[in-house]
Amino acid sequence: MKKILVTFCFLILASIATFAQGSGGVEMATELRSSGKIYVVVAVLATIFIGLAFYLFFIDNRLKKIEKLQK
Amino acid sequence: MNKSWWKILAIVLVLFSITGGLLFPVPAKPILNESIRNIHFHVPMWFAMIVMLLVSFIYSIKYLNKGDENDDLMAVESANVGIIFGLLGLVTGMVWAKYTWGEPWSNDPKQNSSAIALLIYMAYMVLRNSMEEEQKRGKISSVYNVFAFPIMIVLLFVLPRMTDSLHPGNGGNPGFNTNDMAPELRPVFYPACLGWILIASWITTLRYRIRKQENLIS
Repeated sequence: MKKILVTFCFLILASIATFAQGSGGVEMATELRSSGKIYVVVAVLATIFIGLAFYLFFIDNRLKKIEKLQK
Repeated sequence: MNKSWWKILAIVLVLFSITGGLLFPVPAKPILNESIRNIHFHVPMWFAMIVMLLVSFIYSIKYLNKGDENDDLMAVESANVGIIFGLLGLVTGMVWAKYTWGEPWSNDPKQNSSAIALLIYMAYMVLRNSMEEEQKRGKISSVYNVFAFPIMIVLLFVLPRMTDSLHPGNGGNPGFNTNDMAPELRPVFYPACLGWILIASWITTLRYRIRKQENLIS
């Protein structure tokens, strides 16, 4: 009897835990954001992109020179 | 098109989408979680592809009208860049799908039809390279390209709506859609699309100019 009661309680508690995750508890990276480290990722991505953008400008200028020579 | 203000605008817009896309608040949704931020990076790839293929379509019509060889070059190079952006969209979509839908390729109607659309454009490149004579190549491939564009539009925007799709916004009538994009995503999403479209145009003009120089030499 006691065993059944304990299992029953356990099942009820387990189901409460699953309900808790139902609506409000969507997992988001709020912890990561509050510790501020996400800015590091933004900085890295921005650096990569700026680097590539400069590279595109570099190619653009080289082409301009060739086009001038051609004329 | 040689002025540089729009190139700087492109860089600024994409940089804004990188910072805003990672830092601004997003709606908390189950399954998606933080991966909802991918919308600022995955979807603009497709927008850039569609715009580049539209440019290619327009220049193919122009070529068929006037027969200027440069129009044909522009059509090829914009289709080339369009294919690259389409491949990027496909790969980023597969990464995203792996962690939200469970597997990289779940035979979703939109996944399948976008792959077919890309194959159609790859066939355009194969068709071009199979012909030696310039005028013949230009004409035949332009006609093919003019047909390829509407087929691509049907594959991406019409057929996925006819059945159920994992992609949001498919299945049913878009006019009565209540599950539109969340308003807080829009201030980053639209600049991101415009920025990537401009970057794609920039690369296209670069490729076009290189191609022109190559033609002058040979």
